[in-house]
Amino acid sequence: MRRLAGVEDEEKWLAEGIAGIQHNAFFMHRALDANNLREVLKYSALMLSELRTSKLSPQKYYDLYMRAFDQLRQLEVFFKDESRHGLPVVDLYELVQHAGNILPRMYLLCTVGSVYMKSKQAPSKDVLKDLVEMCRGVQHPIRGLFLRSYLAQVSRDKLPEIGSEYEGDANTVMDAVEFVLQNFTEMNKLWVRIQHQGPGTVREKQEKERNELRDLVGKNLHVLGQIEGVDLEMYKETVLPRVLEQVVNCKDELAQYYLMECIIQVFPDEYHLQTLETLLAACTQLMPTVDTKIVLTQLMDRLSNYAASSPDVLHEFLQVEAFAKLSNAIGKVIETQIEMPIIGAMTLFVSLLTFTLRVHPDRLDYVDQILGACVVKLSSVPKLEDARAMKQVVALLSAPLEKYNDIVTALTLSNYPRVMDHLDDGTNKVMAMLIIQSIMKNNSCISTADKVEVLFELIKGLIKDLDGTDTEELDEEDFQEEQNSVARLIHMLDNEEPEEMLKIICVVRKHLMTGGTRRLPFTVPPLVFSALRLVRQLDSQGGDITGEEVSATPRKIFQILNQTIEVLSSVPCPELALRLYLQCAEAASDCDLEPVAYEFFTQAFILYEEEIADSKAQVTAIHLIIGTLQRINVFGVENRDTLTHKATGYSARLLKKPDQCRAVYACSHLFWVDDIDGIKDGERALLCLRRALRIANAAQEMANATRGSSGPVTLFVEILNKYIYFYEKGNPHITPSDLQSLIELINTEMQSDDNGNRRTHSDPFFTSTLRYIRFQKQKGGLIGDKYDLIKL
Amino acid sequence: MNYLRGAFKPACNISITFTDGKNRKQVPVKKDNGQMVMNPLFHSQETIAGKVCIEPYQGKKVEHNGVKVELLGQIEMYFDRGNFYDFTSLVRELDVPGEIYEKKAYPFEFPTVEMPYETYNGVNVRLRYVLKVTVTRGYAGSIVEYQDFVVRNYSPLPPINNSIKMEVGIEDCLHIEFEYNKSKYHLKDVILGKVYFLLVRIKIKNMDLEIRRRESTGAGANTHVETETLAKFELMDGAPVRGESIPVRLFLTPYDLTPTHKNINNKFSVKYYLNLVLVDEEDRRYFKQQEITLYRLKDESS
Repeated sequence: MRRLAGVEDEEKWLAEGIAGIQHNAFFMHRALDANNLREVLKYSALMLSELRTSKLSPQKYYDLYMRAFDQLRQLEVFFKDESRHGLPVVDLYELVQHAGNILPRMYLLCTVGSVYMKSKQAPSKDVLKDLVEMCRGVQHPIRGLFLRSYLAQVSRDKLPEIGSEYEGDANTVMDAVEFVLQNFTEMNKLWVRIQHQGPGTVREKQEKERNELRDLVGKNLHVLGQIEGVDLEMYKETVLPRVLEQVVNCKDELAQYYLMECIIQVFPDEYHLQTLETLLAACTQLMPTVDTKIVLTQLMDRLSNYAASSPDVLHEFLQVEAFAKLSNAIGKVIETQIEMPIIGAMTLFVSLLTFTLRVHPDRLDYVDQILGACVVKLSSVPKLEDARAMKQVVALLSAPLEKYNDIVTALTLSNYPRVMDHLDDGTNKVMAMLIIQSIMKNNSCISTADKVEVLFELIKGLIKDLDGTDTEELDEEDFQEEQNSVARLIHMLDNEEPEEMLKIICVVRKHLMTGGTRRLPFTVPPLVFSALRLVRQLDSQGGDITGEEVSATPRKIFQILNQTIEVLSSVPCPELALRLYLQCAEAASDCDLEPVAYEFFTQAFILYEEEIADSKAQVTAIHLIIGTLQRINVFGVENRDTLTHKATGYSARLLKKPDQCRAVYACSHLFWVDDIDGIKDGERALLCLRRALRIANAAQEMANATRGSSGPVTLFVEILNKYIYFYEKGNPHITPSDLQSLIELINTEMQSDDNGNRRTHSDPFFTSTLRYIRFQKQKGGLIGDKYDLIKL
Repeated sequence: MNYLRGAFKPACNISITFTDGKNRKQVPVKKDNGQMVMNPLFHSQETIAGKVCIEPYQGKKVEHNGVKVELLGQIEMYFDRGNFYDFTSLVRELDVPGEIYEKKAYPFEFPTVEMPYETYNGVNVRLRYVLKVTVTRGYAGSIVEYQDFVVRNYSPLPPINNSIKMEVGIEDCLHIEFEYNKSKYHLKDVILGKVYFLLVRIKIKNMDLEIRRRESTGAGANTHVETETLAKFELMDGAPVRGESIPVRLFLTPYDLTPTHKNINNKFSVKYYLNLVLVDEEDRRYFKQQEITLYRLKDESS
């Protein structure tokens, strides 16, 4: 009937119950004050009769129970004092059993029993046994549970455990354990029974109620865990088998789950370790609906923490072959619980892995074994789609990285990439990023080609488009970040040994080339620079290219580079390719490989001609070309002429006059390199400058023509500075008069402003240039003499 | 009757006292009007001795045709009230006819009286022992005084005392097996046992153990049977499941029980039964009744 009742009714019933207790407690207290045993028993029984109600939910019933409990404490005080009631406790023990109703009778009996034990007039084990046996009469689940929990409570401090005053003679800790075990068994049966009573429609409510009651049952296990004197032997032989028997046999999902949890939590880790087999065997016998994975996970977490707590305990783990046992159990659970979602299996694997990493950090084979099992499981399902399961797999894969702080270790795990294959593309990328981040964080250097091969296999989600990936959906920012990470990763691949390094580069190249047009601009530059670093290393080693077998020659590397960059130019990403060509050219030059350097330059020029159309890009490119060319000293006269000629030619053909002008005067440096053995063709340098001047003039005129005002004199001033530079450097073809006339020209240009506004020396660049000349004059000496010829 | 007594006031006051009346154990007995009075307790084969005092009221004399004291064992059926059946009758003449002027005491003695039956107060029948003093008078009517006393008889420990064990059930509904440790219990005994549930398909609310007294009176077609429930003791609260074993422990002390009486003087019998009652949630009762023998054991305090 209770099931159908509303909350209000329940409140009312509770209030009635409380009133009943208070009413009878009042008379009980009067009788207590009068030391009238008969009346005391009468009213206490009446009071306890209120607990016979079936109308209350567990929560409300608990409320009622607590009120009765408080009263019983006072009753116990009365029972204890024989002078007040005049009966020996043994007679009292009989007398309370005259009560006609079982529930009040049992509460009174437990109360007197507690006094009886305390008086030590009977062995506490006998009393305990009697009480726990007599409680069987209460078969109503809720009432029985509360009664037995009352029994557990009043007897808790009277158990004959080791060190207790109740221990000794015939009373052993075994009796205490027996008692608690029996009480536990009965309580669990009652608890489980709730499930099977009442119609199925109220199942949800029942489950909620049962959850509220579970701690009453679990309390027994707590007590078992606390009893002094339960040593490993006893735990192994008695406590655990009995508890597990109950757990397995009750065939109740809720109970099995909760009790397994309790067992794991309340007993010491050391015991778990020593009884692992038993415990795990029980796990495989649980109901299929029980969330075994959480149970196992908790167990493994505890054991992991235990292992981490002290290195001294590790040998215990080895001794009991904890890993093999856990691994077997998990295998069995996964095998038998076909219904278990994939996430469950993955969670288990993660826990096992965590355990392994803590306990057997040196056993990579274990880790691999786990990953292998994981692969098997993953292969058995169509496709991993559960995001949470995916997360678990990521956790699974991240754990070894975090533990070993070293991707190199993970790379030796053969099953690692196989697990990754089962991730979806997005997660695969996330995982790849994690791997890279781990490498970066730990600064680990991957130093063999094989490992690099494996690594790139792992992160292939970043390296290339996987099948079916919709590139449209990718976030540009994410993509850039990913690719930047890959670029950073490339720098982590390093080996002192050039041969191996070359292999690494080849491997990387092989993988990167599959990356497609979007990735190459990110990934090729680091590869190129990595290769160039190898080239420089070889070069600094003196280039002792002896045997033919040696493949790691700069020449060879340049070949590879050439091919690599070529791919980039077709991406198309010509500007980047051009820069890289120039880098290579410079490196080749440093290696004294003129033909190679020339080839690179050629490529650069071809790119310039064919691919770079944007005028601004052209300006940048030509300046880069000029700059590089200027520094290269490997070329013979002929090659150099060709290249400088080309450079100058392109400079003059830029679109904008100022750009032309600037490029051309930059070209002047190609003919005058301020090195000891640098080229010093003063005439051609001057020619360039003159040409620049002409272009500057033309630019000025054009400005006049189109805008009606001459532009700033900046270009002239810049050219003047070039003149000054070469003059100072001792180019014989630059005379003071050239300078003189240029300065005047600038002055005139500034004064001949159409508006007539005098802007003499208003150009700061020009002003500071003049100031420089004055300064040099004042310095005297050789330089001062040179500048003396210039009049300002 | 009181006003009659006022009119025909008896001429004397008769009192009956027992020799060891001060030390003899007294037991409470329920009178017809419901009051409890204490009566002395005797056992069979005891000598019943004492004295009868006759004290005439002030200034009166009692003329009589003789004084006697009788020891009567009577069975009284309530449907036949007032009609006593004496199964024991002993007489002692105390005085020859004469007159009594002042208080006079007559000692009497019934040596080693055979009192085979116990005093019993039932629903339809009463067995009592009484001392009856009669001052016989001619025309004025005899003066009679009664003194009840209680007889209880001890039984030896029964040589054979088997346990009661039985399996009962309703097909596909309820099967239980119960066991009581004995079939014969003394009055301060405790019934121990257990009830084992072999099959439970009904929703049991609770289980009680009752002690029932079956008193049959009369004989043949006139037999009256009256059954009373003297004890109702809850053994179990709630519904058990298959395999549960519920302990039984019932102390007999608190209940007002007598020994089993079998065919007392062909007038009545008193039998006791243990009735195991299961009540289901629809308040249907399932029960099984088993006779037990109650007896009075010597070493008791009463």
